[in-house]
Amino acid sequence: MDEAPRAAYTRAKTHPEAPMTFRQRHLLGIEPLHPTEITSVLDLADRYVGLNRQTVKRSKALKGLTQINMFFENSTRTQASFEIAGKRLGADVMNMAMQASSIKKGETLIDTALTLNAMHPDLLVVRHPHSGAVNLLAEKVNCAVLNAGDGKHEHPTQALLDALTIRREKGRLHRLTIAICGDIAHSRVARSNLILLGKMENRVRLVGPPTLMPSQIDQFGVEVYHDMEEGLKDADVVMMLRLQRERMDGGFIPSEREYYHRYGLDAAKLAHAKDDAIVMHPGPMNRGVEIDGTIADDINRSVIQEQVEMGVAVRMAAMDLLARNLREAAGSESVMV
Amino acid sequence: MITTFTNARLINPETGTDEIGSLTIDGGVITALNGSEAGQVIDCGGKCLAPGIVDLGVKIGEPGERHKESFRTAGAAAAAGGVTTMVIRPDTTPAVDTPETLEFVTRRAGRTAPVNVHSMAALTKGREGREMVEVGFLRDAGAVAFTDCDHVVENPKTFARAMTYAKSLGALVIAHPQDPTLSKGAAVTSGKFASLRGLPAVSPMAERMGLERDMALVEMTGVAYHADSLSTATALPVLARAKDAGLDVTAGVNIHHLTLNELDVGDYRTFFKLKPPLRSEDDRLAMVAAVADGLIDVISSMHTPQDEESKRLPFEEAASGAVALETLLPAAMRLVHAELIDLPTLWRAMSANPARRLGLPGGRLAEGAPADLVLFDPDAPFVLDRFALQSKSKNTPFDGARMEGRVLGTWVAGTRVHG
Repeated sequence: MDEAPRAAYTRAKTHPEAPMTFRQRHLLGIEPLHPTEITSVLDLADRYVGLNRQTVKRSKALKGLTQINMFFENSTRTQASFEIAGKRLGADVMNMAMQASSIKKGETLIDTALTLNAMHPDLLVVRHPHSGAVNLLAEKVNCAVLNAGDGKHEHPTQALLDALTIRREKGRLHRLTIAICGDIAHSRVARSNLILLGKMENRVRLVGPPTLMPSQIDQFGVEVYHDMEEGLKDADVVMMLRLQRERMDGGFIPSEREYYHRYGLDAAKLAHAKDDAIVMHPGPMNRGVEIDGTIADDINRSVIQEQVEMGVAVRMAAMDLLARNLREAAGSESVMV
Repeated sequence: MITTFTNARLINPETGTDEIGSLTIDGGVITALNGSEAGQVIDCGGKCLAPGIVDLGVKIGEPGERHKESFRTAGAAAAAGGVTTMVIRPDTTPAVDTPETLEFVTRRAGRTAPVNVHSMAALTKGREGREMVEVGFLRDAGAVAFTDCDHVVENPKTFARAMTYAKSLGALVIAHPQDPTLSKGAAVTSGKFASLRGLPAVSPMAERMGLERDMALVEMTGVAYHADSLSTATALPVLARAKDAGLDVTAGVNIHHLTLNELDVGDYRTFFKLKPPLRSEDDRLAMVAAVADGLIDVISSMHTPQDEESKRLPFEEAASGAVALETLLPAAMRLVHAELIDLPTLWRAMSANPARRLGLPGGRLAEGAPADLVLFDPDAPFVLDRFALQSKSKNTPFDGARMEGRVLGTWVAGTRVHG
């Protein structure tokens, strides 16, 4: 039997419910994923949404596995989401606040990784302020690594949860016009999203002041707009990004009030999008800076709370799929104790 | 001792020729070209014999960072790479900014390095861009040029005064043109690749702005000026204009900017983190063309040893620079094999021009020139293993690369130091 059919056969046997395609050791970004792999994650996540809505939210998918959350950058929401996802799947979850620990003692990232690796975790969830740091770490450990955001590079689970939200709201994840608005340059969320939405054959627009656009971004197969009304015209999805207040010091924009006036999402600007356009935001929001409070709270337009819900499901799905690949790779080596 | 090299492809950068012939050396100098066979005869078997490489801008870890590179290890690497003269950088810890540190460096080099070593001195004390060094004393002590290396002298008034003073002593000022505020914190060149990888980036325009400013100051002061590592197409017209205007200006490029581009960084590979950062393929090709037509005068290795610890970090935090003394020649052969440049032109940039610019005697295949020679096979293929390098630090971007061009022998003042 060939390698691929054998793997599929094994998978069908061990997980009869899931003929999934996801051939990754790590989830470091959206860039390395094939569209079918993205679909696999979303399909499985859809099922976990159902589980999460039950009163008893337990699965054994990660039973016996150890998940370590290493956050080198402050995070409440993402870390909580990963923690809940791991716990619902039965993993033993540990959180490490890295700012407080060995980094202060001068230990390098690689040494920290090797130390943790020696404790045999199965899933390592990492957030780091520097682009590429999670890739570096993944080279040095044996477990599956999930990127929970690295610098200005990628934030793959955020893009996947956004995709799931869109797919559930719009009934499809292709041929949609999606406007990503705001601080694109400093946003890993924007990067992962534009790669994912491009891979799934959507029309992606980036809207924001030119000072907050990455260089040569027009070469990514996206349309760039500096005017909100033009950028939102006939959009199916309006995705707002957080304006990081610390960017104000760099002289990227003249003031918050001018930014809100020109790029903040309010009813007048949203009127240019399609009537059934949905509004998204990765959170945490700055009400009155990038988004008007009433829009954010409008249950007919805003899917911001749903995004948070999808976040848990998508992270469960991603960790489940990576764990399946781990087990498959271990194969006959695994010993019952 | 008299030695005659026979059946050699003589690469002569002065005459621009590449012909089979013989060469005789005696007492450390070349005594005859195509003369009669005398003394010990070395049959070169049709391989290339050229003046030894004069490498402008080698970093040695002495003083301060001997764990990264010493004069002994750098000297061995140079000999193995066909580099017969190392012109060393003052960006050490502390900087070479007093006659006393220069004297220390000269003594260490003389004792342990098998090749010629000439030292540059800092232009300002501590390379801090505030007070100029004792240019006169340092020149007397043997400094061949004055440079703050990758530190830009930000204050134009300070820079202009240092230039004026250097000019009065006939000293060469070498600078790294860059707008320091624009390039602050940058790890790669801005563009599609930087945007995709989310790395802090600098526009290629920062180099042009730095060069424009420096050219204005050169015009103002009349100093002899060399830009040590140009890397962008956008800076080239500025250089051409300055040369056309008759300013005493030359420029160099680093071998990595002729052979690699920004995409080689790939998945955050820190051995490809350089200063200036790797540029686009268009920039690379423009730089190669500029070397071929003589606008760019000098090719350097910009040998910068870094230990494993300073490279095993996230890309933004990792140190810049690569070792290149041993890979300079085979990397440059890529340009020859791609038919972008011929051997005599290459040797003009790697040997004749830097020697002439610094007033050194090497870089020539002529009677009376020093017997600093490299014998190499331009076609010999090999796969580079970084741990086989002589340098103490192994941070080469060419690890595992297929290369062509092997040094068969290196002679310094008539003495065989390699092969």
